[in-house]
Amino acid sequence: MISLAGRDIMHAWGKFVFTGVGLGLLIGVTLSMAGIYRGMIDDAKVLLDNSSADLWVVQKDTLGPYAEPSSIYEDTWRSIRGMPGVARAANVTYLTMQVREGQRDVRAMITGITAGEPGTPGWPPYLVAGRQITRGHYEAVADIASGFRLGERLHIRRNHYTVVGLTRRMVSSGGDPMVFIPLKDAQEAQFLKDNDAILQQRRRSAANPAFNKPGSPGLLDAVIASQSSNAYVNAVLVQINAGYGVDEVAESIRRWKRLTVYTRSQMEEILVGKLIATSAKQIGMFLVILSIVSAAIVAFIIYTLTLGKIREIAVLKLIGTRNRTIAAMILQQALALGVIGFVVGKISATLFMAPIFPKYVLLEPLDSVIGFMVVMLICVLSSIIAIRAALKVDPAEAIG
Amino acid sequence: MIKKGIRIEALSKRYGKGDTAVYALKDVNMEVAPGEVVGLIGPSGSGKSTLLKCLGAVIEPTAGRMILGDETIYDDGWKVRDLRALRRDKIGFVFQAPYLIPFLDVTDNVALLPMLAGIANADARSKALELLTALDVQHRASAMPSQLSGGEQQRVAIARGLVNRPPVILADEPTAPLDSERAMAVIRILNDMARKFETAIIVVTHDEKIIPTFKRIYHIRDGVTYEEAGEGRGFE
Repeated sequence: MISLAGRDIMHAWGKFVFTGVGLGLLIGVTLSMAGIYRGMIDDAKVLLDNSSADLWVVQKDTLGPYAEPSSIYEDTWRSIRGMPGVARAANVTYLTMQVREGQRDVRAMITGITAGEPGTPGWPPYLVAGRQITRGHYEAVADIASGFRLGERLHIRRNHYTVVGLTRRMVSSGGDPMVFIPLKDAQEAQFLKDNDAILQQRRRSAANPAFNKPGSPGLLDAVIASQSSNAYVNAVLVQINAGYGVDEVAESIRRWKRLTVYTRSQMEEILVGKLIATSAKQIGMFLVILSIVSAAIVAFIIYTLTLGKIREIAVLKLIGTRNRTIAAMILQQALALGVIGFVVGKISATLFMAPIFPKYVLLEPLDSVIGFMVVMLICVLSSIIAIRAALKVDPAEAIG
Repeated sequence: MIKKGIRIEALSKRYGKGDTAVYALKDVNMEVAPGEVVGLIGPSGSGKSTLLKCLGAVIEPTAGRMILGDETIYDDGWKVRDLRALRRDKIGFVFQAPYLIPFLDVTDNVALLPMLAGIANADARSKALELLTALDVQHRASAMPSQLSGGEQQRVAIARGLVNRPPVILADEPTAPLDSERAMAVIRILNDMARKFETAIIVVTHDEKIIPTFKRIYHIRDGVTYEEAGEGRGFE
């Protein structure tokens, strides 16, 4: 038996291909949305992976440093470093802001890292160009996605930083590229006030009799000095020694230092489950809406194509064609439309949409397989209306 | 009494019930012998289409008897379980418009019926080509229906109606869209095919040009038929 669906498609291939391309672009958007969601999760995991930490020590009862503000004293790391099982401990600060370079500015996450060597918690684990930060001030390593190049001078708050190294896939959970600078500079950037505000604060402190007692010389200077520096960091990143369990060391720090400590899995849950949960829901809703729209389009197209063949279907029924042959013809056409649409969608998502999208789009093979099956299912469901219409056709219509 | 062909006895078709009942056919009797071409003539609303649909096993009569070849297919109820297979294997249809399947070429339009009956594609195409040759359209075998003239399309439709060698062909105004010359050609072909394949052919028509070609004519009015001898000057 010849394929009636195949012959019909070949007969009107132009109509089919153009319809498939239209559907494919919609499927491409749907696949890209799934890729954006996967990219967000990957960004979150990459952020954790590249911080080279086993534990995140943050302000008590906060979800810091990524999901909530966290502030702990800068010398806390010393006491943590001395605890059993701790191999390395390093301060870190995070601040998302606009970084200017010449006439342009880029949204980036400024990460303050301590002096050390590659492998120190918080440091970019690898570079694609240049070198790591070696000086205590005014050097920066930027993620290549920021668009900054070696030797460029970045303007962060009131200071200028020279880009000495470039790294890759170092992004915040929101997808903003990271710019690493020395910790002291980052601490200053977090709390730096403008000159007028500093002068005003000094005047207020001097006018406060509690800080400016005639019997306590030097008190006012000490107060002013403390007000113009920042002795806090957002978190301490901890690497543990081999042979120690992360939960064991985390529990020890919680108990003795009265700080909140997160393990890698807990931090991943915070990032994926809380920080990007709303975005994930929004994308999920878009996916549902796009799936419904796709289904409606396929149903409409197949129904219209079927209505255009009512007379032929009546003739086919009159000359003895089984209902299942007619239903199979319509179903095969719907599936063919789905296959054309999926191929076009996959190509457009991979080659055209993902590379130009401003966020990282991760197109997983498994998502494509699931997407293909969903498209096929939608096509099957969408063809039901057309099949019902075709099966209702009275063969007597062919006679008149 | 004919041995094959088609015979109907006291066939009735009623629409509705009780006071609203309307008889589209009332005790219609008709018989067409193998190889014979008869005309069925009547004004609009006379019951021609209803009779054709009953004969074509598309709608169920209310009462009566229909014998197709050696088989009683209706006797106050269908005696055949698979009406679809009956239409496919034992009844050929030729319509006013050819109604060829636009996405199949000429050969496959004709070969589709044997394929539906389970015959291998190659054998079905071979049968189709044989008939297309008999109808002198073999040179358009690989053309699409849209590439054929009206007369060629109608000849392909006749080939489709004949391809399963049915004992009866129902032709509904087969010459309506054709000019005189082509209309006469189609009637000549139907007569030739009827004789060649021992097929009974019933031609529903309004076409005055072709009425004189029938040896027998059934008139139908208000659901009642009566027979008259035609001029029969046709195609002996």
